[in-house]
Amino acid sequence: MAALDGWLRRAWEHDLAWSFRRSPVTILAALLTLLCVGGAVLAPWVAPQNPFDSATLNLTDGFTPPAWSDQGSAKYLLGTDDQGRDILSTILYGARISLGVGLAAVLFSAVLGVSLGLLSGYLGGRLDALIMRVADIQLSFPAILIALLIDGVARVALPRELHDQLAVYVLVLAIGVSGWVQYARTVRGSTLVEKSKEYVQAARVIGRHPVAIMLRHVLPNVTGPVLVIATIHIATAIITEATLSFLGVGVPPTQPSLGTLVRIGNDFLISGEWWITVFPGLALVVLVLSVNLLGDWLRDALNPKLR
Amino acid sequence: MDLDNRPLVRLIEVGRDFDVSKPWLNRVVEGAPRQLLRAVDGVTFDVRKGETLALVGESGCGKSTVARLIVGLYALSRGRIEFDGTDLAAPGIDATVLRRRMQMIFQDPYASLNPRWRVRDIVAEPIRVLGLAATHEAERGRVAELLRQVGLSPEDGEKYPHEFSGGQRQRISIARALSGNPEFLVCDEPTSALDVSVQAQILNLMTELQERLGLTYLFISHNLAVVSHIADRVGVMYLGRVVELAGADPLFAAPRHPYTRMLMDAIPDLEMSGKPRTPVAGEVPNPLAPPAGCAFHPRCPHADARCRAERPQLRPVPGGAAACHAVEEGRLSA
Amino acid sequence: MSAAPLLEVKDLRVEFPTRRGTLVAVDGVSFAIAPGEVLGVVGESGAGKSMTGMAIIGLLEPPGRIAAGEIRLEGERIDHLRGERMRAIRGRRIGAIFQDPLTSLNPLYTVGEQLVETILTHLDVSRDEALRRALQLLAEVGIPAPEARIGHYPHQFSGGMRQRVVIALALCAEPRLIVADEPTTALDVSIQAQIIALLRRLAREHGTAVMLITHDMGVIAETADRVAVMYAGRLAELGPVREVIHQPRHPYTAGLMGSIPKVGAVRRHARLVQIDGAMPRLNAIPPGCAFNPRCPKRFGRCTAERPELLPVGNAIASCWLYADGPR
Repeated sequence: MAALDGWLRRAWEHDLAWSFRRSPVTILAALLTLLCVGGAVLAPWVAPQNPFDSATLNLTDGFTPPAWSDQGSAKYLLGTDDQGRDILSTILYGARISLGVGLAAVLFSAVLGVSLGLLSGYLGGRLDALIMRVADIQLSFPAILIALLIDGVARVALPRELHDQLAVYVLVLAIGVSGWVQYARTVRGSTLVEKSKEYVQAARVIGRHPVAIMLRHVLPNVTGPVLVIATIHIATAIITEATLSFLGVGVPPTQPSLGTLVRIGNDFLISGEWWITVFPGLALVVLVLSVNLLGDWLRDALNPKLR
Repeated sequence: MDLDNRPLVRLIEVGRDFDVSKPWLNRVVEGAPRQLLRAVDGVTFDVRKGETLALVGESGCGKSTVARLIVGLYALSRGRIEFDGTDLAAPGIDATVLRRRMQMIFQDPYASLNPRWRVRDIVAEPIRVLGLAATHEAERGRVAELLRQVGLSPEDGEKYPHEFSGGQRQRISIARALSGNPEFLVCDEPTSALDVSVQAQILNLMTELQERLGLTYLFISHNLAVVSHIADRVGVMYLGRVVELAGADPLFAAPRHPYTRMLMDAIPDLEMSGKPRTPVAGEVPNPLAPPAGCAFHPRCPHADARCRAERPQLRPVPGGAAACHAVEEGRLSA
Repeated sequence: MSAAPLLEVKDLRVEFPTRRGTLVAVDGVSFAIAPGEVLGVVGESGAGKSMTGMAIIGLLEPPGRIAAGEIRLEGERIDHLRGERMRAIRGRRIGAIFQDPLTSLNPLYTVGEQLVETILTHLDVSRDEALRRALQLLAEVGIPAPEARIGHYPHQFSGGMRQRVVIALALCAEPRLIVADEPTTALDVSIQAQIIALLRRLAREHGTAVMLITHDMGVIAETADRVAVMYAGRLAELGPVREVIHQPRHPYTAGLMGSIPKVGAVRRHARLVQIDGAMPRLNAIPPGCAFNPRCPKRFGRCTAERPELLPVGNAIASCWLYADGPR
């Protein structure tokens, strides 16, 4: 117990924690992120209603405006949509999908990108040339297009029902593949630097296998920037998913993400039921903004030149 | 010191080229030729068991490349290297087994230890790779013993490299090098990055360890004063070639090769004896286009037509060997 | 010393406020340099010699700052100058030479352009005159065929030649003082000897004072007239080069001289004199004399009181051994 206490104290005193404490914007961003993530994770327990269980829906409650306006009711804090679904609940459940897909995609990207970057940087030669050329070619396409491409191929390749079931995984794959290049390039650069350092040469003299050297010696030293890229990439991934869902090629309508909600609500904007699209949109903005701010802080805090 | 005169390491006409050509696309577009850098060119010498052989020279002379060729960090372009009588490149020979009897110490104490590893893991790595300790306790005990041997304490094993000074990090490097029980240690400028007083500590440590453990050292340095202190024999290198090879005493008392003499003259005179010194001329030429014949002839006050045309071979002289036409012809005053 | 000192440093104190407390990098250092004199400032890493040089040139990186003391150039105080005023002095009256010739020159401009620009910034001459002076300087520092090489870029010169160009650049505005921070450390031994000789000759010919900062005693022996030995941010000893090297008074200087391997030493494989331990970090300087934990001659007073600079022979040493007159 004492050891944990000592560790906590050292974590508090650490440069990162100190830099965190000094920046009110970052603290706010962290709190907001925590709020969003917490709400999304705990949605089944926290949400007033499960909006995707049609048994709980009451169609007559549809189009209720937010609680603070005249026809609003306290039961539906942010109003309801055309089907009587509580907007707050849809946001919480939608955030689950958005965050889930975003995080999974980033994980996929990171693992793929870091592995390719390590191999490319350490082994060099033709493998390096090949991987970097593929990366260059991919970079000449916008990420959205890559994601659309993969999704389109999946739609054609898989039969209808299977596609719906696997839609989320296909989406993760699509967004993941569209984002690996930045990890690979950064890790490759760092690997090239570390490879020439004498501790790697010492490991070679000791007689270690190249794979062991890559994983045990080089990898721990090149992951620093990866964390920063990943944090900012989460925001991008969420937006990409939202865009794809908005365009109608993302998650199926049975599991709407925040992007889907925005799309659905868009139809009602003109007729005056603004809350159906605006609140999910706001939620998206808050989530992405706070993750971005956290990523900015992390990047500056980890930059030794700015300390 | 017990000198068994059978050479432990033999280098025979060793050469190494580096391809420094521009990338393929550039070469095609610009019509530029392939460019080969001859970092090491026809180097031959022995290292005898139990001795300290120093390789001296200025930057670009190839001494570090020779070190890396011996431990296998680079492949040979030409020639062969024998360890304990066995050619390391011969078919059917498992060079890795032989190479486990040698280790290397590097120049930069700040880059030669993995910053993410604890010291005990760094020192234990050779033990683990070579399977030298049967149990965890045996390994820990050995690491503690090694740390003590190099003047650190066993508790230092728990720390990370950044918590240590340059001199202490070099001690850790030495402990790591010793943990595989090597016979032969290649030391690439181990004290060049250290302060003078720390250098003295490390040199004393290395001398002690050599006596106690019967080690053989190949000591690479650009600092002649350090070399004069620690070496039994000295090889002087210039542009990838060995120009002189002699016992330390004869070399420092009476250097033969004009380049060696020039190097000796360039050592700052701490005694301030005010003795006259020949002024130093010129700079090391571009290694991509070495001079024809003797590589040193553009800077040599004794160069003649033969020097410009014919590359000199290492020929025996009293006390050692020198690769110089003027020395061979007796043109140089002693 | 006939004339008034060119550079006078009195009780200089350089501090670095950090969130863990204030680090004192230079603590009460005083010395003077006469016109045409070469003063060597020698010390190991962390001794504070580079910081002293930076403070004099006015290139201390914030949060580092001069906390106390005075720096006078030709009688005029320069330690508190800011921005415009400091820029006018730096380059014109003080020239600087740093360790790495590769990063001291702008790779995008030719050598000639950099020289001419510096001359025109500080001297009131025509462009043609500036060009003429640049060529003359290049010849003086030993660049062969200056007319051809003046149009070359820095990367087209070798390391030693580049350092010569840097020296030319430092001299081109005719400064009264040059601060050279490890000018030969990155160079080969044979080139080092050439550069040292060049610096010494130019100092004599131009009457420029030189503050030569280095860790290499050999370079000091060859170049300097007097030498200041620094330890843990303080001055340990200051005196004529011959005396300090052959008759070091301060135990640290004595240990330092003993630990330097010398060619032609009596016995090979003999133990070098070794000072156990290491220089204290700036946040852990012991009370009293900073060297006392490592000193073989330590006695009571050394652990309690920080020694003053006491005269001994032609030198001064901060050591209580000399408290009762020279020994």
